[in-house]
Amino acid sequence: MIYFLIFISAILVNNIVLSQFLGICPFLGVSKKINTALGMGAAVTFVLTLATVVTYLLNLLLVKWEVEFLQTILFILVIAALVQMIEIVLKKISPSLYQALGVFLPLITTNCCLLGVAILVANGTYKLPIVNGVVTEPTLLTGVLFALATAIGFSLALVLFAGLREQLSLNKIPKAMQGTPIALLTAGLLAMAFMGFSGVV
Amino acid sequence: MKKLASTFPNMVISLTVITIVAATALAGVYMLTKTQIEDQANQTKIEAQAAVLNGQEGQAIEVEADGFGGKMRVMVGLAADGTILGYEILEHSETPGLGDKAAVWFKDTKKPNQNIIGRKAGNLTVSKDGGEVDAITAATISSRAFLKAINSAAAQVEGCSGATQVDGCAEATTKVETEDHHE
Amino acid sequence: MNNALKTLTNGILKENPTFGLVLGMCPTLATTTSAINGMSMGLATMFVLICSNVVISLLKNLIPDKVRIPAFIVVIATFVTIVQLVMQAYVPTIYATLGLFIPLIVVNCIVLGRAEAFAAKNSVGLSALDGIGMGLGFTLSLTLIGAVREFLGTGHMFNLPIVNESYGMLIFVLAPGAFIVLAYLMALIQKGMKK
Repeated sequence: MIYFLIFISAILVNNIVLSQFLGICPFLGVSKKINTALGMGAAVTFVLTLATVVTYLLNLLLVKWEVEFLQTILFILVIAALVQMIEIVLKKISPSLYQALGVFLPLITTNCCLLGVAILVANGTYKLPIVNGVVTEPTLLTGVLFALATAIGFSLALVLFAGLREQLSLNKIPKAMQGTPIALLTAGLLAMAFMGFSGVV
Repeated sequence: MKKLASTFPNMVISLTVITIVAATALAGVYMLTKTQIEDQANQTKIEAQAAVLNGQEGQAIEVEADGFGGKMRVMVGLAADGTILGYEILEHSETPGLGDKAAVWFKDTKKPNQNIIGRKAGNLTVSKDGGEVDAITAATISSRAFLKAINSAAAQVEGCSGATQVDGCAEATTKVETEDHHE
Repeated sequence: MNNALKTLTNGILKENPTFGLVLGMCPTLATTTSAINGMSMGLATMFVLICSNVVISLLKNLIPDKVRIPAFIVVIATFVTIVQLVMQAYVPTIYATLGLFIPLIVVNCIVLGRAEAFAAKNSVGLSALDGIGMGLGFTLSLTLIGAVREFLGTGHMFNLPIVNESYGMLIFVLAPGAFIVLAYLMALIQKGMKK
């Protein structure tokens, strides 16, 4: 039950893009077509889940050696290295998957979703559901599930938004609103719709 | 000066040196700010303890409850008979503009229906649930959580009765609730 | 001299990070719930921007081209951590409000973008001016967005009451309001620029 609630919470109630404002750059940049949005979503899901596990474990070492102040610097380097490694490995073992996800990988390093979720999970400061008045304790398992759910929420927002923008491109838009302004306005309305989920978990 | 060429030794040396200098600089800043950061945390606690007691006799108790957005930590000042002397919200993740109004809402002496200062803690409930305290507009869940925290403080006072050392009792009870969070 | 002035004003007006380059959207949307919050975020970013620009400009000949990105990231992350520690020590309340978005300055595209596009090619003095200009541009934009959201949402501005709080439309402080206010401000500025 708790695990199910983590998913509902991270995908719908506290959507990473529409209510936590992480990963806005790819959200606005790579979401003009549903296909590219799906590709980006898949790449983020893969990297985010993996990066969360690695950084969580490394953080245990940082805490053990009492050098928590190196967290930011270590995490960003690990994420950058991990993305590079995934790129190389994918190229070798699955060229078809590389074809599909490859172009998105370099963009992922500066996606603040990654570093953001890694820090939240490592510090145990992410929102966990409350069951019968008891707050769930953060563990590696809940962290991984949270990362996975967050990534799915990111993909969902990206795909929904791409669908809206495909329709939008067929409409006449006042000159001043063209481009980013209308995209932001659409995102605002989407965020409002997602607000309807608040209080569910 | 000419730019260093991208040969392998050059790359390794420059990255290593930059990382070592960066880590050393950070360690230095960490040492310099460490005591100040710890002092700040203690200072906030001491100030909150003084604020909730408001110069009167009583105990300052730290309690927590689950609000709308997550954990809510409240410091409550209670007189020996359970009368609320004051409170401060130490930590919360309530919605800005709604639930976070709890910081002032329940101590507005001009609005007796929502003010809890001077009331007896223990069975406080919002008017929606048949109680006497008006909930924050559009934030009933946050209000319920807040009152629950206050009531649990009263329960702790009863559990702690006989304790002469105010702080000792408060410390002992909070430890159970907050320490295990990090593990 | 003319060149220096141009570098300084470039970031504030022509290539304003928020309204011109549309970079660093995450903190722009997330931390502008009030004018003060927006300004604090802007100033923290500005500090990192100036320091990283200066250091990267100093080191530009010592960093081989192929490893420049990781080297830049290390420099930026160092200054971000310094900001984190100093804020924790001296302004803990602001640090608590901005929370996660302070460490996330590392991945703010403006900082790495200016390191790569400007500091790696220009002198130390110009790089510092570019950092100040870009930082100011970012701070001003965030303060403006924060002030508009705070006013529409709560009737206050910089925590000072302007109109009665009951006229506030709370939605502007919440997530959708961030997108909507930024959308209209950007449209207004685009319209103004054209003329």
